[in-house]
Parts: sequence; structure tokens; C-alpha cells
Amino acid sequence: MTESVLIDVRRLAADTLKLTVDEVPPTATRDTLPVWDSVAHVNMVLAVEQHFDVQFLPEEMLEMLSIELVAMLVDEKLAARGPR
Amino acid sequence: MTREQVDGLIAAGEAPAAAAGMARLFAAAPTAGSAAFVVSRFEQIAPALTLAPLRIAILRSFTIEPLVAALRARCYLAGLDATIQLGDYNLFAQELLDPASRLYAFRPDVVILAALTRDFAPTLWSGTGDQHGEAAASATRLLQWLGAFRRISEASVIVQAFEQPPFAAAGILDGRSDDGQRKAIQHLNDAVLGAARESRSTYVLDYDALVSRHGRLAWADQHKDLAMRVPIRPEAYGWLADEYMRFVHPLTGRVCKAIAIDLDNTLWGGVVGEEGSSGIKLGAEYPGNAFTALQHHLKSLAARGILLTLCSKNNPDEAVAVLRDHPDMVLRPDDFSAVRCNWDDKAANLRSLAAELNIGLDSFAFLDDNPVERDWVRSQLPEVTVIDLPADPVLYVDALRRVPVFERLSLSAEDRARTDQYRAERLRAEVESSSASVAEFLRSLDMTATIEALAPSTLPRVAQLTQKTNQFNATTRRYSEEQLSRFAAEEGAIVRTIRVGDRYGDSGLVGVLMARVTGGRCEIDTLLLSCRVIGRGVETLMLADIAAMARTLGASTLVGRFVPTAKNAPASDVFSRHGFAAAADRADDTWWALDLQSAVIAPPDFIKVTNPT
Repeated sequence: MTESVLIDVRRLAADTLKLTVDEVPPTATRDTLPVWDSVAHVNMVLAVEQHFDVQFLPEEMLEMLSIELVAMLVDEKLAARGPR
Repeated sequence: MTREQVDGLIAAGEAPAAAAGMARLFAAAPTAGSAAFVVSRFEQIAPALTLAPLRIAILRSFTIEPLVAALRARCYLAGLDATIQLGDYNLFAQELLDPASRLYAFRPDVVILAALTRDFAPTLWSGTGDQHGEAAASATRLLQWLGAFRRISEASVIVQAFEQPPFAAAGILDGRSDDGQRKAIQHLNDAVLGAARESRSTYVLDYDALVSRHGRLAWADQHKDLAMRVPIRPEAYGWLADEYMRFVHPLTGRVCKAIAIDLDNTLWGGVVGEEGSSGIKLGAEYPGNAFTALQHHLKSLAARGILLTLCSKNNPDEAVAVLRDHPDMVLRPDDFSAVRCNWDDKAANLRSLAAELNIGLDSFAFLDDNPVERDWVRSQLPEVTVIDLPADPVLYVDALRRVPVFERLSLSAEDRARTDQYRAERLRAEVESSSASVAEFLRSLDMTATIEALAPSTLPRVAQLTQKTNQFNATTRRYSEEQLSRFAAEEGAIVRTIRVGDRYGDSGLVGVLMARVTGGRCEIDTLLLSCRVIGRGVETLMLADIAAMARTLGASTLVGRFVPTAKNAPASDVFSRHGFAAAADRADDTWWALDLQSAVIAPPDFIKVTNPT
């Protein structure tokens, strides 16, 4: 997982969930963060999509169970797209 | 401006500066992520700011939750603390018709009706069945709801008109039939528009035009639509929020009544003081037609009642001559309600424009291609709406169209005649400048300079500068490359060049000073600056450099000469400002002398010289 991607994902998650970045560790999941409800999930994923200029399928959104997994999916998308 | 800087300002208790920083950050990247950041930080600093409350209720047929942060961020940046209530999916009728509904309990200032065609009129969206009848029935239904709302609430209503599908159900046959799908949806929209014109505080947002502006296919996200009823892309939520702001601004009085416009490279291409009226780019051909398009757009703003004013660093006679005589000007002197063409700083000129027109600075927008001028105005007059023009003039008009402060909900006869009312009092300029804050601003530019002797590599540029520099040029002596190299080879000759950079980038070689030392006397033959760096202390640095150099070479007097021309007024006081005494005042020139044994010219402390010599 790319460190810079993880940092950006944590920031986007923190801002959409109104937490500090420290409160959103890579291991954070929807169970450990009660504010990460389904509305927040959509908001966060759309912010991530726009930030990295990628698009996720609904199936992929369901796989985003932790911050780490979000970052990994972003990484996969960026790798599949190739350098710009 | 970065997130870290914003957080630093918040930690330091500087809420207004943090707010201004977030405006810059958001303008650079108006994404969902930036919006979330802006909202979370404004929630922290809101108590320390003067924000007007605004209650917005959105009745919707689709997932509009991602728009909430986007809209609240834009409101915060416009000085509004918005509370937003979302209705339940597709429960418009219940909420609008029941006086005891959640909608009315919320006591909204603004209600937005955001229904998609496919949800509100599914038959029209699918294109099956009696299209004409369905359009009429849908219109009747909507107008009944709006009528009910008006009887209960005084709030403003924004109704989204209905979008066309990307492909008509009948394909290319659609237009062949009297009962076509497109025609039916258009009929519904016409009915909504007609009703809105007839009723108070009811406005129509042309959702179809908005979607088509960005592209129907680029607007939609079909996967997320089918899986989770998120029908539009993240960018589109931002675009929709921008469109809402076009209504929010005039509804809350956050509009500009006047716009102060720069001339060179804004209203026309090039610098008239350098290239002359015939050299500027304007007219029917590229690239001049980009500037012509901007002028046409400004003229349409004037027709909306927005006052056009000029705020330009130029010789007034020259600028007015272009306005009056250039064959391709769309805007003429009569189109401007007030004019400031001088060499004073633009914040001072904006203050004096506002005083002359008797409108507040918060009603002023500022249009200038130069990012340094824009930042200066932002720093001095935060209440002015500074429009960020892109570097490419082709995109000027689009940039201006995106600004919501020129939107109007209605237009009166007074609005249309406003420019005429101000026409009488024009061409007057009395400005006080605050030199303390000028120095502070110059310091913030982080300027750097490199002063060097003439070199073979710089010879062509230096000769070119002597040939084309008209404004800041003490003697306006023209040199060819050959003449210049002969001058430099003479005994006692000095040719100094200066390159200047700042945090916006490198301006390149922008200044030249040529002098001769003979006996105890150093005489300045040429002192010129490109117009890009006038008023930034560069001439002080050059004079300090030559004074030190002349002293080293045994000169006891530094002599300057000013030869007035039609264009070089900006340089007229360069010697008197630096302690030179008037030595001779003759008909065609003035001579100035500085005693090098007693006088010292201090280099400005806000320019970092990278190769001290």
C-alpha cells in the first residue's frame, strides 16, 4: 500500500467523519468508528473518488471495511490506470 | 495555502485569516474532500466569525446527502452558516401539503425542490404511454403543491426543472411525433417556468441545462445509481451545489453591484503603454477575439445593472484614447461609470471608486489578470470579490460566468438604466495611499533579484528592453544590439541588468541601468524597468547598486537625467524619490544629482539579492 495514498485516505475520512487524522488509524473499521455509517460511507467514497480521479463499483464499495482496505482499493485502481 | 497552514491559523486564533485561507484552498481544488475539510474547520471557527444563518430545506427524490457538505462549504465561504434539512425520499406531496410537516417545523428560508424526471414523472422518463397527457398532469400536480406551499410559507422556493434523458425512448423517431418525449418534458418545464414567473419568490433552476453543460453521460454514475440510488458523480454534486449558490447569493444579498476592470491583458491583449493602440490584441481574430468575447460578456453584465469601472495602471490619456478610438473596442468610455487610470495601488483606487459611486466595497468585484494585484487587493480589502482569472484569456469568459455574485433574481428598469445614472461623474482621481501596508505587501511577495553586468547571453534581451520600454524609462534611449555592445566596451561604461522573481515565479530580466563614469562623475544614461515590476522597489535596488559601484570606481557624484515623453510619467519621480537634488530643470529634460560622499541609497529589505556584488 502506498504511504501517500493511505495518508490522503485518512485525511479524507477524517474530514468527512469530522474526526482528527489520529482518530482514523489505518486499522479503523466501521465497527471501531460508530460515526462511519452508511451515509458517511457514501460521502467518504465519493470524496476519495474525486480526490484520486477514480471510480468504484458498488461491489468494491462493499469491500471497504477498513481504512486500509479503502487505500488498497485506491492503489489497485491507480496501478490499473498506469502512470499519467 | 495548505491544510496545515489553515490549521496553524486556527490554532493561533486567527479565524478570519483561516477563513480566507480556506477560500484559497477551496478555489484551487473545489472537491468533495476540500468541502469536507472546509466544513469541519468552519464548525470550529464559526463562533469567532460573523456569519449569517441560513436555513435550507431540500425536498428530494434521490440521494443528495453528498451535496450537503458541498453546499455548506460554499455557504461558509460566502459568509453564511447554513443549516440544511433533507426531506425523505419522494415525500414531496406529504411535506408540502401538510402544515404540520417536518418541513414547516424547520422554518426554512429557502426550499429546494430537487426531483429527477424519472422519479417525479416516470412515464415521461421511460417515454411510454401518453406523453402529452402525462406532462400536463405532472405540471398540474407540481403547481398544486407549490400553491399549497405558498399559502403556508413565505420562504423562497427553487424548483429544479426536469432533465431530458440522454437518449430518447423512440430514438431518432422522437421528433417526428406530436407526442414525443422531448417535447413533453419541455412542455412540463415551460409550465413550471410560467408558474414561477407568476408567483412570489419562486424560481426555476434549469437542471437540464446544468446537466447538458457538463454532459449527460459524464454527469451520471449508472452503477451507483442502480446499486444505491446515487445517480450522479461526485463532481456533479459539486456542480449542483455551485448552481444552488447562484440563487443563494442574490437571495441573501451577497451580490456585487460593480466590477473594477484592469486593462492590459484583461480587457485587451498586450500592454498599450508598450505596444501602442495598434499593437494590442483585440478584434475578430485569435487571440484578440478572446478579449472581444470578454468585453461582450461585460457588456451583458452592464445590461443587468452591474456598473463597469476601470482600475488600471496606465497613462489615462493613452487608455482613454484606446477606449474611444480603437475600432475593435466593444466597450466605450460611456460604458464605464468611473475610471481610475493611474499609477497608484489598486486597493486605494478601489476605495476611491467605491467612494465615488457611493457603494460599499463589499459590492465590488475585481477583475485583473495579474495574480500579484489580485493578492494585494485580497490582502487589503477582504470584502472585495476577487475573481480568479485563468492564465489563458480564452477561458476568461467562463471564469466570469462561474461567479455567482452577478446573478439577479429579477431586473427592474432602474437596474437597466444604472450605468447612465453614473455617467456624469467620471475621470476623477484623488487617492490616499497607505505606504506602510504597501511595504508589508511587498515583503509578502518574497522577491528575489540577481544583478549582473551585461553578458553576451543577455545582450539581445537588454537591447530589446531599451527598444520597447516606454513607461518606466528615464531617458527612452533606444539601442540596437550593436550600439549596446559598443556602449559597454567604452571606457568607464557600466551596464547592469536585473532579474526578478517572486513567489509567483520568475519575471526574467526586467530592468536595465546603463551609466558612464568619467572623472568624479557617474552619469546614468539609461534606467528602465519592464512594466511587470513597476512599483515593487526594483528601481531602488538598481540605484543602490549603481551608487555603490560608482563610489568604488571613485565617483563622488551620481547624475541622473529624466527626459519626459508622452508615456514615461511613471519614471518622472524616480530620482527625487531617492534623494537626488534637482540640478537643472530645462525645457526638454531635468537633471538630478546625488552626492555620493554624504548620501546612501539603502536597498529595499524586502528583496533578497541572490548574488551580492
